[in-house]
Amino acid sequence: MIIRGDEPEQIRLIKKLYKPGNYFMQGNEAVAYGALFAGCRFYAGYPITPSSEIAETMARELPKLGGYYLQMEDEIGSIAAMVGASWTGFKVMTATAGPGFSLMQENLGYAVMTETPLVLVDVQRSGPSTGQATKGAQGDFFQARWGTHGDHPIVALSPTSGQDAFWETIRAFNIAEKLRTPVVVLFDGVLAHTREQIRIPPIEEVEIAYRKLPQNDEEAKLPFGDPHGDGVPPMPLFGHGYFTHVTGSTHKENGLRDVYTPEVHDRLVRRIHRKIEGNRHVYEKYEEHFTDDAEILVVSWGVTARPALGAVLKAREGGIKAGLFVPKTVHPFPAERMRQLGKKVRAVLVAEMNLGQMIIEVERYLNDDVLLKGVNKIGGVPLTVEEILREIRGVA
Amino acid sequence: MAKEIYSRYPLIKYLRKEALPTALCPGCGGGTVLNAFANAVDQLKIDPKDLVVVSGIGCSAWIASPYFLADTLHTTHGRAIAFATGVKVGLPDKKVVVISGDGDLASIGGNHLLHAARRNIDITVILVNNFIYGMTGGQVAPTTPFGAKTTTSPYRNIEHPLQISETIAAAGASYVARWTTAHVYQLIESIKKAIQVKGFSLVEVISQCPVQFGRRNRMKEPAEMLRWYLKNSVPISKAKNMSPEELEGKFVIGEFVNRERPEFVTELNKLIDEVQEHFGLKGE
Repeated sequence: MIIRGDEPEQIRLIKKLYKPGNYFMQGNEAVAYGALFAGCRFYAGYPITPSSEIAETMARELPKLGGYYLQMEDEIGSIAAMVGASWTGFKVMTATAGPGFSLMQENLGYAVMTETPLVLVDVQRSGPSTGQATKGAQGDFFQARWGTHGDHPIVALSPTSGQDAFWETIRAFNIAEKLRTPVVVLFDGVLAHTREQIRIPPIEEVEIAYRKLPQNDEEAKLPFGDPHGDGVPPMPLFGHGYFTHVTGSTHKENGLRDVYTPEVHDRLVRRIHRKIEGNRHVYEKYEEHFTDDAEILVVSWGVTARPALGAVLKAREGGIKAGLFVPKTVHPFPAERMRQLGKKVRAVLVAEMNLGQMIIEVERYLNDDVLLKGVNKIGGVPLTVEEILREIRGVA
Repeated sequence: MAKEIYSRYPLIKYLRKEALPTALCPGCGGGTVLNAFANAVDQLKIDPKDLVVVSGIGCSAWIASPYFLADTLHTTHGRAIAFATGVKVGLPDKKVVVISGDGDLASIGGNHLLHAARRNIDITVILVNNFIYGMTGGQVAPTTPFGAKTTTSPYRNIEHPLQISETIAAAGASYVARWTTAHVYQLIESIKKAIQVKGFSLVEVISQCPVQFGRRNRMKEPAEMLRWYLKNSVPISKAKNMSPEELEGKFVIGEFVNRERPEFVTELNKLIDEVQEHFGLKGE
């Protein structure tokens, strides 16, 4: 069994095509190159602003690497085709934005239930509905977490710059492969279209992970078992004579449907949760600035983390002990670290381009004696350093 | 009793025994379709290891998944063909077959059906058309005949049914045929042809649902429904000379198209070759 993208031939092609160095490119292009470096060789998508340049870059570059770009008839078909391709051994990705992400939710749930590795980039735009189609926002924080139905875990990452998007896309693939799960990348329309200097590294600098494959027939016969105790079953790929049965309905360890036995459902769904919760070391990531002695903590994510850092730096210049906490893996939330930081500060400001989403998550880990305030802005224009600084001064 | 039947059935080797007996109602046409498919696979001497069967949601989706012993992907409602598209790109040398119902493939999944035919991707679709939503309790479908009664058209159906085979032939499929479960041998031959055709192929099987459709339309016995099919089936050669009025309520059967057109995955691979050639990326 082969996971496409790891052959020496592929490394040779990457080296030949993408010389290491600094390039001037859009965030969207950085996402696409990250995917190519991570071994993505199958992309199925449907164009939607502000994510389209990811599709365009993949359509241009994938054939050079012997990979496949499919423009499907809609978003639902796109994620469906990705699941099909993932079961044949491809590392797969799609990119979309708000309304398209909504359409993908059902099959995102299917991918969770069937434990299919895939990467879904949501370039968040202003909403609800068609909203401001060309403007960035951070309004899909909970759509990523609770968009599909049922009890399901999800891993979602959020890059803070174009350069970060390159590395976080690679990390998304590695998490998807290691935990055999879909991973959402919550990017945004502002960074997607911002052109900045992005360093493309030599391929040797890139960690590339592959999903666990069955080591023997016994393991292959239990595509939803837990032979290694880490909650991650080896994935018997299609086309190798294992006669694997995959269904989104509640299934036993051997894949066969059993929707009547409460214990079977309980065992399956709890294992899928345990697989994510129990492997935090695989995906938990956050950034901290000046948190050692901070009295006022700014919590921010994605695009807003940049003006937030600017505001914290300015506040420090003015003698205010401000710090910054940036969850890079936003789901599951870095709960333990948030709790620790919450004990050390007297005020927490959550800056985001929405009317208050991550703040709900932050609040769960704070004691009542901490002043909690949202710094929110909608309308498609990012928060500025001054706007965040004003709020820091307000609580100083 | 059941055990004896299964052990004597010569094609049992193609079935997932631990999933038996099937969940299909007595008298359902689904068994006939499964039998025809197993016969086609057997006659073509296809190793089930070279097959991937994909299905959606509903009674007909169960026909091959989980019952057929191959790699099987049982997907979300209406999306089987889109899932199969990804599988086919990944495994171009395998036979990828979608077996599902009319409600699944032609209603919610109508868009994927049209576009797979347009793309002419080498997938075989066996679409089981029983004119009704069976598993959800007998509601009206886009294929329900004009005037028929269902649980959501209790007085009569005032919508016109979608002619699936005609539509998909027009959309660009390489092979399209329609039969009923009363035409088993023709059906097997068509499935064989469909599997062998390089391109998108559709075999529409009009199949009885005595429990949900027949019961409400004065045909509660499966045999009555089969007689209805036989009496009202018109070969496509004859149908060409008939007026729309004469064809009202008839089932046009036979091969609608059988033609060669460039196939999607082949073209995709050809394109990749050309691009790699152009950029001088071929192996050194």
